[in-house]
Amino acid sequence: MKAIAIAVLWGLTFAVAYAAEPGRTPLPAIEIAKPGQCVEPKDVIRRDHMKFLRHQRDLTMHEGIRTKKHSLNECISCHASPKTGSVIGEGGFCQSCHDYAAVKPDCWDCHQPKPGQKSVAGARP
Amino acid sequence: MASASYVETQSRPAAFWGLLAAGGLFMLAAFAAFLHFEHSGHAVTGMDNQIVWGIPHVFAVFLIVAASGVLNVASIGSVFGKPIYKARAPLSGLLALAMMAGGLAVLAADLGRPDRLIVAMTHFNFKSIFALNMMFYSGFFAIVAAYLVTMMDRSLNGYSKIVGFLAFFWRLALTTATGSIFGFLIARTAYGSALMAPMFIIYSFAYGLAAFLIVQGSMYAWNGLTLDARILARMKNLLAVFVGAALYFTAVMHLTSLYFAKQTDYERFLLLDGGTYTAAFWLGQVVVGGILPLALIFAPGATQTRVIAASVLVVLGGLAQMFVTIVGGQAFPLEIFPGYAVSSTFQDGIVNSYSPVLGEFALGFGGIALAFLITVVAVRVLRFLPQDDFAALKAED
Amino acid sequence: MSERNDDRRKFLAAAAAGAGFVAIAPGIRLVEIAAAKPDSEPVTAKVRWGMLIDTTRCQSGCTECISACNKENHLGETTRPRTDAQWIRKIDLKELKTGRVLSLPMMCQHCANPPCVDVCPTGASFKRADGIVLVDRHICIGCRYCMMACPYKARSFVHEPHTDQNPEVPRGQGCVEGCTLCVHRVDRGGTPACVEACAAAGHNAMLFGDLNDPESAIAKRVREVKTTQVRADLKLDLGVRYEGI
Repeated sequence: MKAIAIAVLWGLTFAVAYAAEPGRTPLPAIEIAKPGQCVEPKDVIRRDHMKFLRHQRDLTMHEGIRTKKHSLNECISCHASPKTGSVIGEGGFCQSCHDYAAVKPDCWDCHQPKPGQKSVAGARP
Repeated sequence: MASASYVETQSRPAAFWGLLAAGGLFMLAAFAAFLHFEHSGHAVTGMDNQIVWGIPHVFAVFLIVAASGVLNVASIGSVFGKPIYKARAPLSGLLALAMMAGGLAVLAADLGRPDRLIVAMTHFNFKSIFALNMMFYSGFFAIVAAYLVTMMDRSLNGYSKIVGFLAFFWRLALTTATGSIFGFLIARTAYGSALMAPMFIIYSFAYGLAAFLIVQGSMYAWNGLTLDARILARMKNLLAVFVGAALYFTAVMHLTSLYFAKQTDYERFLLLDGGTYTAAFWLGQVVVGGILPLALIFAPGATQTRVIAASVLVVLGGLAQMFVTIVGGQAFPLEIFPGYAVSSTFQDGIVNSYSPVLGEFALGFGGIALAFLITVVAVRVLRFLPQDDFAALKAED
Repeated sequence: MSERNDDRRKFLAAAAAGAGFVAIAPGIRLVEIAAAKPDSEPVTAKVRWGMLIDTTRCQSGCTECISACNKENHLGETTRPRTDAQWIRKIDLKELKTGRVLSLPMMCQHCANPPCVDVCPTGASFKRADGIVLVDRHICIGCRYCMMACPYKARSFVHEPHTDQNPEVPRGQGCVEGCTLCVHRVDRGGTPACVEACAAAGHNAMLFGDLNDPESAIAKRVREVKTTQVRADLKLDLGVRYEGI
């Protein structure tokens, strides 16, 4: 009985060790629709994109600053999947990483995940 | 100074688990309702853009107000030094915590975005009485817990008086703030009165003592004990004083309103034409919540059963009062253009109708169930049943 | 010779069109000749956005402003009037003692002393420096206290999930919302959709502009004619004024 338990535990350890080998870890399937340069370097944006977005949202809401660099709509216009047109859903850019990290952002309760036109018709000359 | 001693409650395991199961069922129903509302949005409730605070708020505010009032029993013991109330102080403290937890749970569950509770805890607009309330509620838990510890831990008994004072003033501030949630609203005729705060204080005294008497009576019955007639007499008379004071405040508020020409439309609605709200006011708040309990208390030969019946009526009357205040105040149309009859697609100018769905009641009862479960478990595990010191009582006579 | 005449004609035509675009009727200019605020600059209190509604030009059955608002902000058709969001609505009034009838649109009045801002526990309901009162839906917890506090019933609660938002107007279940004076347009130099629609339909009942700019059309008009604030007794100092009540 004790021997079986030890054998099972060792087996599990090896299984975990094998899974941790590079190439055997499941990775998010990130599709970059428009390859090129992101607004920030790759490692910076991966780590800090939530900080940029959170800061930008306060600037836009409270001060009316609508710069494009960290604007969520600009992210979407570049990263929307060519198949679905959205950043969430099947193969969505935001969805794939967030599913992998098991972090649910609540942006999409309110924000439109598909790019759209700016609606400033009949504006000032 | 003679001190009261406490006993644990009687065993009866089957009945105990039965109580837990009953409470658990209500909590499950409440949780199911909460999940349904959160998933599908408030469109599945009876609340809409006209009646934004409904049945869950009625229960929640009632529980919060009664929770603050139930601590009164302990305050009379610690602050005013009455021994029979001192013996009841730990039970009163426990009930205060349990009912406050129940009320706040319902309030949080009814939020449009309950997932943002952390945001509510970290972003404060200090001008908002609602934000101040949140701080008062948190402090209430801490202070009452400390109060319980000083009362139940022999080595800390010396601190119970000062913590009791702190709890007393904190509670007055908290209930003032709760009443001011309505009192500070300028827009509606039903609210916007400085009288709201003291009225809620008096309501809290009445509802809290009634709730305490119900729980105390149940605990005595469970353990096969009888409450001493003199203690019963004192407590029932105190309840009568509070109920009378509540009726007084109600009368003053409405009589004063009747002198304001701009407010007579609302008063006519509430006192005469309001249908459900008029019935809830006269039958629920005034008769069931006021006159009947007073009759039961003062009729000769008041027994324990009659006092508990009076307490139950006070609680029912309290729920009716919250319904009239919260929902009735919203049902009456906002007077955006005084002197004009208005109509629009946004329900302007008409009395707003409200048909609560079952889930809203489930949520409300879930709050009561939470308070119930906390109390049942705590009195089982710790010593809360007051064993009165009759020598001290005799000395007081 | 004809070339020069052609050029002159084109020039005159362009000038006329430009003038017509700018001045619809004597004294009434719907669009302001002003530079739009650059995207990177914050709004300041130098500007105070306001609206003036001439109820004498407002017709009872007309709902152009409402359709425009619903379309612009993707609010959808009002199929369930009790729970659907209505940022602007038409109110038909009848004075009880005299029988006089009138009609007007009612929306968030963008008060300078907003009760909704005072009562919001998280500070989600706030007033921007340029006077527009908004809900920061990132920190709104959906408590609906602001809806209890508003004397104009300006706010709506979002009762169900949405997926068809305008990317410029994020909105979703569980938050409270109201007229934003089309802040996403105004910040880029535009005017609210309702004002534009009213002008396009030829009624010209709604005028939008900077109340702090003494040369703006709206500032001139409120200086010339009598205008009222709804529930002026509450002393909330509204950004929206009405003519003809």
